[in-house]
Amino acid sequence: MTYDRLLNTAAAWMLALFWLLPLAYAVWTAFHPAAYETRFDLLAPLTLQNFAQAWSEAPFARYFLNTMILVTGIVAAQFTLCTFAAFAFARFTFPGKSIMFALVLMQLLIMPDILIVENYRTMSQLGLIDTIAAIGLPYVASAFGIFLLRQTFMTVPKELDDAARVEGCSYLGILWRVYIPLAKPTFLAYGLVSVSHHWNNFVWPLIVTNSVETRPLTVGLSIFAVTDSGIQWSIINAATLMTSGPLLIAFLLFQRQFVQSFMRAGIK
Amino acid sequence: MDTARRQWIYAWLMLSPAMAFLILFTHYPAVQTILNSFYSTPRGRREAVWIGLDNYQTLMLDDVFWKVLANNFWYAVWTIPLSIILSLAMALWVNDKIRGRGFLRMAYFTPTVLPLIAVANIWLFFYTPGFGLIDQIRGLFGLPEQNWMGSPDTALYAMIAVAIWKEAGFFMIFYLAALQTVSPSLKEAADIEGASRWYYFRRVLFPLLMPTTLFVSINAVINSFRLVDHIFVMTEGGPNNASSLLLFYIYEVAFDYWDTAYAATLTVVMIAILILLAIGQFFLFDRKVHYK
Repeated sequence: MTYDRLLNTAAAWMLALFWLLPLAYAVWTAFHPAAYETRFDLLAPLTLQNFAQAWSEAPFARYFLNTMILVTGIVAAQFTLCTFAAFAFARFTFPGKSIMFALVLMQLLIMPDILIVENYRTMSQLGLIDTIAAIGLPYVASAFGIFLLRQTFMTVPKELDDAARVEGCSYLGILWRVYIPLAKPTFLAYGLVSVSHHWNNFVWPLIVTNSVETRPLTVGLSIFAVTDSGIQWSIINAATLMTSGPLLIAFLLFQRQFVQSFMRAGIK
Repeated sequence: MDTARRQWIYAWLMLSPAMAFLILFTHYPAVQTILNSFYSTPRGRREAVWIGLDNYQTLMLDDVFWKVLANNFWYAVWTIPLSIILSLAMALWVNDKIRGRGFLRMAYFTPTVLPLIAVANIWLFFYTPGFGLIDQIRGLFGLPEQNWMGSPDTALYAMIAVAIWKEAGFFMIFYLAALQTVSPSLKEAADIEGASRWYYFRRVLFPLLMPTTLFVSINAVINSFRLVDHIFVMTEGGPNNASSLLLFYIYEVAFDYWDTAYAATLTVVMIAILILLAIGQFFLFDRKVHYK
């Protein structure tokens, strides 16, 4: 029994260290001079020079701004659209409901990520190529969000709903005062997944953007890493850490809430 | 009657904004993709013309397509089971009273929040022949240098490793959420009966986790077609398409060669595969999933 336990603990730790290795390595090179890229010396001098250099060599400030605008825009739009749609599915009976729901679920399988050719055509017809809106629009009506919120809304006790109706609450009032407050953990979990998904998204932004004013961090980083290819891992890794930094720090700070909100949201 | 009518109106009003976007960016392009696969690519002043199944004929004779399809098959065959098994192991460990539980959970989950395109840079260094980390470790054991990404035999597997590393921690969360709902009395009962840990897992836990496994495996299937970001940075599909995947090939055909009709044809194949796999999974799991 204890032998079994020991073996499991050892395996769990080995895997964890292996899983952290890429990040640990990036941190090592980013904070040390280039000479220590492959030499691991505990007394190696620390430096922030790599970050300074990466920051000055590409318009990362602008990329950050673009990503921030993109992610806030998408999450705000998703919350609004998906909440109304989910409420309609959870609370009302209306003709065509099941067909509509099937149409929504289809997007779980056929995601905007694979419809790049046609969505590019649509964007150019709308004159939106190379805008931040174009990066976000295909994702604002999210089937995952609608499904998740509908599941949560369906668990709201009918009695609460009825009580609010008796008090003279309108449908919008019920949604705002009863359903949304009860679904807070789901909103948090969904919001976090959505933020990390769109912060990290790459292929579609690469396709629809072609200027500094619109490019998000991921695309900016890929261009930076290519122009710099062959030289100085330490600078590329500093840039890599910068782009993932805010998300990583946010995750480390809110780790517990993150995992718990997932569990409470009943995503299983 | 009147309230029923009012409910319809409310429901439709609330649903319509989401449906409008969904139709514009999912259903309309999906239908358009299928239609365009029967037309030629418009070039300059030449309009697209109906060419029937010509694009599909090109596809059948396209060696790169078959190569990429085979690659994607192996990519799926390795990433789906391995990431599911690893994520389940991770969840079981972290759910237990193991030493350093918080740290382990953090370590497993971290790759999920890192952009794949960014970590590709780090993995790129690991794989670099000669002075990359893997070769340095191999060097300690006197093993020769190996060009992991430059050799057709290993390039795809190098990509597979990155994908598994990226997605396993995300799946762990779903298993963890499911494990939290398993009543501790089940474990106590098993202990009283003298069941081994393995027996308890196989006969009690695993069947209870089936709905989660279905959910996770559908996600893993979708990811095996969607996770291609690292290929852009690491190999660009090379050498000689050895590490190219279907979505990467679609990107190349559409936005490097601007052959949009052929790219649409490839997309149709991808949608068909996804739908078939999803249906297959539901049937496969049908009898084994126990919903409460």
